Amino acid sequence: MARYVLRRLLTAIPTLFLIVTLSFFLLRVAPGGPFSQEHGLSPEVKANLERVYQLDAPLWRQYLNYLVGLLHGDFGPSYNLPDFTVADLFRVGLPVSMQLGASALVLALIIGSILGILAALRQNRGVDYGVVALATAGSTIPTFVIAPLYQLVFALTLAWVPVAGWGGGALVNKIGPVLTLALPQIAIVARLMRGAMIEALRANHIRTARALGLSSFSVVVKHALRGAVLPIISYAGPAAAALLTGSVVVETVFAIPGVGRYFVDAALNRDYTLVMGTVVVIAVFVIVFNLLVDLAYALVDPRVRYE
Amino acid sequence: MEATLSSDHPFSDHPSSDNAPLLELNDLRVGFDTPDGEVQAVRGIRLALHARETLAVVGESGSGKSQTMMAAMGLLAKNGRASGSVRYRGREILGLKAAALNEVRGAKIGMIFQEPMTSLDPLYTIGNQIAEPLTRHLRLSGRAARQRAVELLTLVGIPDPARRLEAYPHELSGGQRQRVMIAMALAAEPDVLIADEPTTALDVTVQAQIIDLLRTLQQRFGMGIVFITHDLGLARHFADRVAVMRHGLVVEEGPASEVLTTPKAEYTRMLLAAEPTGTKAPPPADAPIVLEARRLNVTFRIGGGLLAGPPLVIHAVNNVSVTLREGQTIGIVGESGSGKSTLGRALIRLIEAQGDIRLFGEPANALDTQSLRALRRQVQIVFQDPFGSLSPRMTVGEIITEGLRVHAPHLDRRARERLAVQALEDVSLDPGLRNRYPHEFSGGQRQRIAIARAVILKPRVLVLDEPTSALDRSVQKDIVELLRRLQGEHGLSYLFISHDLSVVRALSDWIMVMRAGQVVEAGPTDEVFRAPAAAYTRELIAAAFGLSDTPVAPAAPDLPRGVALG
Repeated sequence: MARYVLRRLLTAIPTLFLIVTLSFFLLRVAPGGPFSQEHGLSPEVKANLERVYQLDAPLWRQYLNYLVGLLHGDFGPSYNLPDFTVADLFRVGLPVSMQLGASALVLALIIGSILGILAALRQNRGVDYGVVALATAGSTIPTFVIAPLYQLVFALTLAWVPVAGWGGGALVNKIGPVLTLALPQIAIVARLMRGAMIEALRANHIRTARALGLSSFSVVVKHALRGAVLPIISYAGPAAAALLTGSVVVETVFAIPGVGRYFVDAALNRDYTLVMGTVVVIAVFVIVFNLLVDLAYALVDPRVRYE
Repeated sequence: MEATLSSDHPFSDHPSSDNAPLLELNDLRVGFDTPDGEVQAVRGIRLALHARETLAVVGESGSGKSQTMMAAMGLLAKNGRASGSVRYRGREILGLKAAALNEVRGAKIGMIFQEPMTSLDPLYTIGNQIAEPLTRHLRLSGRAARQRAVELLTLVGIPDPARRLEAYPHELSGGQRQRVMIAMALAAEPDVLIADEPTTALDVTVQAQIIDLLRTLQQRFGMGIVFITHDLGLARHFADRVAVMRHGLVVEEGPASEVLTTPKAEYTRMLLAAEPTGTKAPPPADAPIVLEARRLNVTFRIGGGLLAGPPLVIHAVNNVSVTLREGQTIGIVGESGSGKSTLGRALIRLIEAQGDIRLFGEPANALDTQSLRALRRQVQIVFQDPFGSLSPRMTVGEIITEGLRVHAPHLDRRARERLAVQALEDVSLDPGLRNRYPHEFSGGQRQRIAIARAVILKPRVLVLDEPTSALDRSVQKDIVELLRRLQGEHGLSYLFISHDLSVVRALSDWIMVMRAGQVVEAGPTDEVFRAPAAAYTRELIAAAFGLSDTPVAPAAPDLPRGVALG
């Protein structure tokens, strides 16, 4: 098992290298540059800026410089937020996004699973129809509708929570963003869990467990649920990578100082280093969570073995 | 199960007298809600099971024999409903809530199922699963349950039981899994065991071992066994009493010796007569050779790769030679994994093989796709699964004529129609049904469609890969008759692949017995059956035709009385 993990981590290195290389050159293919949008920038000033940031060097030189920096943990300076390095931005913003994302994920897994199991056990009855309706609504109503509605009702009308802002990480400030992030996930997890559970309860070995006179709890939780969590695990990996790296809409609507906004802002502003930093961070999250998914699979299903 | 055991049988101290039945079904009815309305699966039946008795419930698919017992155990599907009465030792158990039912189910009445491969939870060890009923019904501690699990595995003949406790189901063979199922069902020492086709999915030699095991266990513990089966031969050898079911009703019930020798009901007589009979005369010695293979080899590679090391090589067919003459039927018999289907597919080049294959005198392994296609018209195949091998989205007419579009593209629509009508008449199906879809036909009818699809091309060789295995005996017999007639009318040569010795004996004039990719014995059918030369052939024949004569399974060791259960 340890050897398997080591091998997976080693194969992640060429993957990351490929991602970095591809994104680096793709970015440069896009028209414009970090300083081309600022009006009134005289050619001299622009040239100066480009010299400072070594953007006037040949492309291969810039690429090598970036790689060398990356190997030393240096993501470079941000071009549009000139007082900060990319590493600084992530050091401050990433914990915020991760906190919200992790809370939303945990919430979604717990609530979604419970709803899904209840629906499966009461298939084609009231509870089931309710869950299915909720799941459909949850995954069709966009975040940018839910978030303002939440603000309208709970902040402006009832005044229970602040409209927006991070508030130094106070709980009341987190409720809105976490719920908004979690709602579509709850819907997806509930739907996945319902299907997986219905499937699992039909298995022949469930009939065996019932014929042995085992308790309903044992039949449902021990024998059906364990098999049914496999599709949830598969989903949770990529979902975690997406949630923990922040959401543009939620962080913008609730004015959260996370990293979700950087991806879009940086791309629009041709903030090369910040885009690259975001790409690397997301890639690492995806790689790590996919590995965790595979390890969790082996933990749940003895037929899956890694050498 | 004879009177010799009555003096010390373990349940003699139970309050109920010996004459009172253990399990009693009265006016049991089972219905299923379907989109087409309610379907009556069981329509009011009455059955009784006594201690130390084996009651065989015999019937064809759809007779309601399984649903009867599923209803008794509260295991009906969600859309199923049962009414009437099911009494265990006089106590009504039909309609009990799960918690109350579970005091009987698994504790007093054990059940084993047809599908050993899927009836165990793949995610837990054998030990864990056997311990569950022990801790639940006998309130054993974890350690005591483990100890008892070892004893149970020993009892059902699993070698090295202490280590096997840590094994997962996928690490065991089908026969071993069925033994584990039996161990679980018997864990809480029930006095009724319901066995629903427990050996149908197993090879014949394994089937014989499982039956012997059940018989041994019954003699030791005096259980009553309800044995659900479609196999009259098994019922004859194993049961004391037989109930024959049809369309949800018991048509005849009585002692096995009477019901299965001098049946009163017309249906029972028909079932008994449905065992395939007849023999096949060999073709003339100078009949031309249509298919010939010399030293054929098929190997499969599993796994392997840059990092995983060398692949596992499986020799599925090992140096096999075959000569098929015009009008001949060669029966290829063997158990699962013997390579018989692989051989059949390799011979008509559906899979790649090493060795010489000649079709109608032409070397077939050197042929390019184009010439191979021309030859294929004359070599057709019929598969085992009548449900999976017909496209559900094509009408029967389209399915049958699809081959013509490839092999006789010059024919127009009307000509194809005409041939389709002819082919359907050939296999005794109403040609008026050709615009329907496969799901509207029964298993036997579908197999006729599959045969029609093959014969419409006027082939000379037909490979029949277990064509009757998924069918009821009475339907099987019709298909055997059909194949016989087609062979006579069209001068066909058959390669008949089957694990069912009685069908092979009735249809083929030459037999090849395969095991682990090799031919262990080959010869004229009557000679092989009269005087089998190989020990394995003798074992197969004994298992298939003489269950009662086989010795008690050597795999079930005699335990000291103190270790035994009950």
